[in-house]
Amino acid sequence: MSWLRIVAISRKEVLQIVRDPRSLLIILVIPFVQLLIFGYAINLDVKHVPLCIYDRDGTQTSQDLLKHFQATDYFAIAHLSDNYQDVVHNIDNGVCSVAIVVPPQFSEDLRSNGQASVQAILDASDSNSASIGMGYAQAIVQTYSSEIQVNWQQERGMAAGAPSISFEPRTWFNEDLESMANLVPGVVALVMAVVGAFLTSLTIAREWERGTMEQLISTPVGKLEIQIGKLFPYFVIGVADTAICAGTAVWWFGVPFRGSWLVLYGCSMLFLIVVLSLGYFISVTAKSQLGACQMALLATFLPTFLLSGFVFPIDQMPIVVQWITAILPARYYVSILRNVFLKGTAIHLLAGDIAALATIAVVLVFFATRSFKKRLE
Amino acid sequence: MRFREAIERIHQMLRKEFIQTLRDPHTRWLLFGPALIQMFIFGYAATMEIRHVSLAVLDHDNTQESRELISHFRASRYFQIVKHASQRGELREGIDRGDFVLAVEIDSGFAQRLRNGQGASVQVIVDSSNSNTALVALSYLSQVGATYAQNYQIDRIQRLAPQVASFVPQVSLEARPWFNEGLQSEWYFVPGVLGNLMLILIMNLTAFAVVREREIGTLEQVMVTPIRRWEFIVGKTVPFFLIGCFDATMLTLVGTLWFGVPLRGHVAVLAIGVMIFLLAALGLGLLLSTLAVTQQQSMITAFFFTMPMTSLSGFGTPISSMPPFFQELSYFNPLRHVVFVLRSIFLKGVGLDVLWPNLLIMAGFASLTLTVSILRFRKSLE
Repeated sequence: MSWLRIVAISRKEVLQIVRDPRSLLIILVIPFVQLLIFGYAINLDVKHVPLCIYDRDGTQTSQDLLKHFQATDYFAIAHLSDNYQDVVHNIDNGVCSVAIVVPPQFSEDLRSNGQASVQAILDASDSNSASIGMGYAQAIVQTYSSEIQVNWQQERGMAAGAPSISFEPRTWFNEDLESMANLVPGVVALVMAVVGAFLTSLTIAREWERGTMEQLISTPVGKLEIQIGKLFPYFVIGVADTAICAGTAVWWFGVPFRGSWLVLYGCSMLFLIVVLSLGYFISVTAKSQLGACQMALLATFLPTFLLSGFVFPIDQMPIVVQWITAILPARYYVSILRNVFLKGTAIHLLAGDIAALATIAVVLVFFATRSFKKRLE
Repeated sequence: MRFREAIERIHQMLRKEFIQTLRDPHTRWLLFGPALIQMFIFGYAATMEIRHVSLAVLDHDNTQESRELISHFRASRYFQIVKHASQRGELREGIDRGDFVLAVEIDSGFAQRLRNGQGASVQVIVDSSNSNTALVALSYLSQVGATYAQNYQIDRIQRLAPQVASFVPQVSLEARPWFNEGLQSEWYFVPGVLGNLMLILIMNLTAFAVVREREIGTLEQVMVTPIRRWEFIVGKTVPFFLIGCFDATMLTLVGTLWFGVPLRGHVAVLAIGVMIFLLAALGLGLLLSTLAVTQQQSMITAFFFTMPMTSLSGFGTPISSMPPFFQELSYFNPLRHVVFVLRSIFLKGVGLDVLWPNLLIMAGFASLTLTVSILRFRKSLE
């Protein structure tokens, strides 16, 4: 091993990166753009669900009920229909996701039988929003029901009261229920996985495809020297991207940071080693840059996005998929980040995650080094 | 005669492209393998629904009423009681460790307040480090609370005035989830995944194919042949268009046969929607290829575009909860339109009468990107 040769390889790689300033700029801007989108546009809260109202009863009673729907944040009245066809049309073309239909006999039923029901039609093609919307609609109708019962008791001179339950939720760790705070760790992991594995996945494949590998092989440089020399510049870029992500999140968006920067950086570097080795391994194995790119996409972007618990909770997945997530580095990294950012968990509580990440790192570095053969076939 | 020559040249170009793309088994696998794997992972892993929210209870009141409330939680299919705590400290620790997401603490005096006809409050701690789970859990909570209060009130009236109890007014909600009666996540995600995979696959393939020739230097060789530029572009894009059609068919079959997503609309409408979108993805890929010299560049640039396009397509989060600016911005995103079109065809079964504006916008996007890239392509060669 010679430092000189490692530096030479690194220098060549850096030159190649720097000569393409647009790509470098994009790599450094991607984390910022991603956070901007996740910060301003992506909202997992279901609020202001566009609502369509079709009041076939048209009495004071039905209006009272509908006022309850107007009063909440969860629904926003987008349309008033006067026929059923119109309701169907609005749901079909997506103008409204929920329609409340009050039947014509509503107030009459309520007066004479004491029982009445309203219909909620939900566009369940978005199953998540539909089930949350349904929960709120149920709660609104039941609250209304309680209110009229109180009136009914008072009218009859009964000792009326409104026994109601209110939950006083205290939300811990992410007090304002900001999707942002929840998503930041995922975005950091996503950006690093992509930068790390995506870029390195091309480094060796490119040399093979362009034919420059033969020149490299004819030099005295060793396998390990190539590996370290090639990966080092991307390691630096990865560290810079982490800083950009974390800095933007904390100082621009005000995401709480309760843990230690040291733990954040230590774990991030470990994760970088994992993804860089993975990218290198892919690069050595793949025949072409197209193949390497597709494999890297499959091996990093998707698992990080889908299976790391970033957006979709792992404990809700089928058990087999949960087992698969156990070998994913991103899963442990996202968990560490979430703890470091929001909970400020002490390092000994993170030991399990860190150990898992370190194990994966060792295995991947081993395979990456083994896979590269310094000879022409 | 000139037309026949053009056809012949395109034919030769197509032959070359097909041989080049399909020769290597590795590349052949790349054309449909990753898409298939991603479809399966998405179908199984992407679930937003939250069932069995883990819950701990601490009952200081220990009355019939408080136990009744706890049994409401037990009966709800949304919650799973994992711990009956005896002191407040246990709740705190459990939440810290992540043993449960929700801790409910019923104060003493809960039953007394209810009996007096007052509002009783219950303290709840929510671990909101996953804000979506927390939000869903809160919506379930309010539902359980409202149901409990309703039941309590009716019981109370029955006790106090059994003779009139059957006349107590009561309003109920009949929820009818249309299009996806079982509220299954796969039904929601599969059509969206189809659109996303098509975009990523076709855009990348197209961009890489042209840039690869440029990077390796074979583009110049092609250009010294009598082939014209538009013929070259037709030759480059047609194979990927066909691959896209093949993949879309494959993914549709997996979605319907494996995941059981209904295809309620007309297959012809689906085909029209997919093909228009494929043209848009091709156009975007070509446009990228005119912007890039190396494959690495085209990959990075493609990634730069796809991440925001995916995020703002309404594929994972509803567009209606985005701020107005982003909602308007998303109209320029072909992916938004195709996700809507696919979901509408699969689940709602609507036809061209509803979907024509979206198809028109996608077609506009396709013709714009294709035209611009043909014009730019000419320049980038000189």
